[in-house]
Amino acid sequence: MDFKKQKSIYQQIADMLCERIVEGEWKDDDRIASVRDVAVQLGVNPNTVVRSFDHLQQAGIIYNKRGVGYFVAPDAKDLIIALQRKEFLEQELPDFRQRLSMLGLSFDDLKQYF
Amino acid sequence: MIDIRNFSFAYKTTRVFDNINLQLQKGSIYGLLGENGVGKTTLLKVISGLLRPSAGSCKVDEFISFDRQPEFLQNIFLLPDEVPLPDSATPENFFADLAPFYPKQDAELLRHLTQELKVDSSRKFKEMSFGQQKKSLLACALALNTDYLLLDEPTNGLDIPSKADFRRILTERVGTDQTIVISTHQVKDVENLIDPIIIISNNSVLLDASVEKITDKLFFEYGALQRPDALYSEMMPGGYLNVLVNNGMGESQLNIEALFNAVLRNSAMIKNIFE
Repeated sequence: MDFKKQKSIYQQIADMLCERIVEGEWKDDDRIASVRDVAVQLGVNPNTVVRSFDHLQQAGIIYNKRGVGYFVAPDAKDLIIALQRKEFLEQELPDFRQRLSMLGLSFDDLKQYF
Repeated sequence: MIDIRNFSFAYKTTRVFDNINLQLQKGSIYGLLGENGVGKTTLLKVISGLLRPSAGSCKVDEFISFDRQPEFLQNIFLLPDEVPLPDSATPENFFADLAPFYPKQDAELLRHLTQELKVDSSRKFKEMSFGQQKKSLLACALALNTDYLLLDEPTNGLDIPSKADFRRILTERVGTDQTIVISTHQVKDVENLIDPIIIISNNSVLLDASVEKITDKLFFEYGALQRPDALYSEMMPGGYLNVLVNNGMGESQLNIEALFNAVLRNSAMIKNIFE
């Protein structure tokens, strides 16, 4: 069965930080905003933001310098794109295909739009 | 740590709590949720030493709350929903009256907070709107800089921008050695701010869990259909919000109102799921 959901807040925050890296606001080895800054800007619990940062660190997208802050890993952009591609193929595409079949559209019907 | 064990409380003929256990760790903003009249305020008063447990114990670090030792009292502050204030009181002199009892108080912080919250700390409370009074008192409470801060219905009467200010100020101020407990029945105001979440009802604790644990155990689905197996369903403009038992469906975004309703309606089942 297919369950529609909104991503948890920690995932949404992680996505937002990734977006800022992909858009080039933070470049390789740049220091990103602090946990506290992000928490205050969004009015969310700092522990939630810590989880987002941990998640990105485990994915190798950011790294931590103790007492200094978090920095963009040199290959962060490629990692993010790879993760987003996987997410698209595994999650968004099946939804999209289901929608097509519900609307009675085939893949060929779409070709003219590309 | 706040450590409540085998705790019961009754006013003359009314039983409020029946043998509850709660441990609140440092460095967190706890949300204490419950319908009106379930005993949220009573619990805060017990923690701060204003009321004596009918049975069991309430300790804060090494101190028994009701012993009310100075070393304990100087490090905890309870901001009630309504504070009786003399006609001449201003945030400045209210704070100055309290400050000598709280060694870590920070007058500079009060100036910063009143500025951030856009209130005039030299103005009389009685000349302020209810929301301004509430914000001024919150600034005073935060500036006393105690390790334990108990806020009873702090968003009551705040307008929408002030509610956002409130969340911002709290996230900015909470330190790793601080414990903040926010009691409220207006659960939407503190969504994403509180973690862990405690829900009380019917003399007992129905839920005491971190957001991570809640979204691990429960799944919040936004779909076209109402699910028959949902713990709670609610019709929304786009379809239904269903609260389901999470059987490996991944993490979803917690909806605090739906959680609250799901917990109140299925208290026995929730207890099993979270054990």
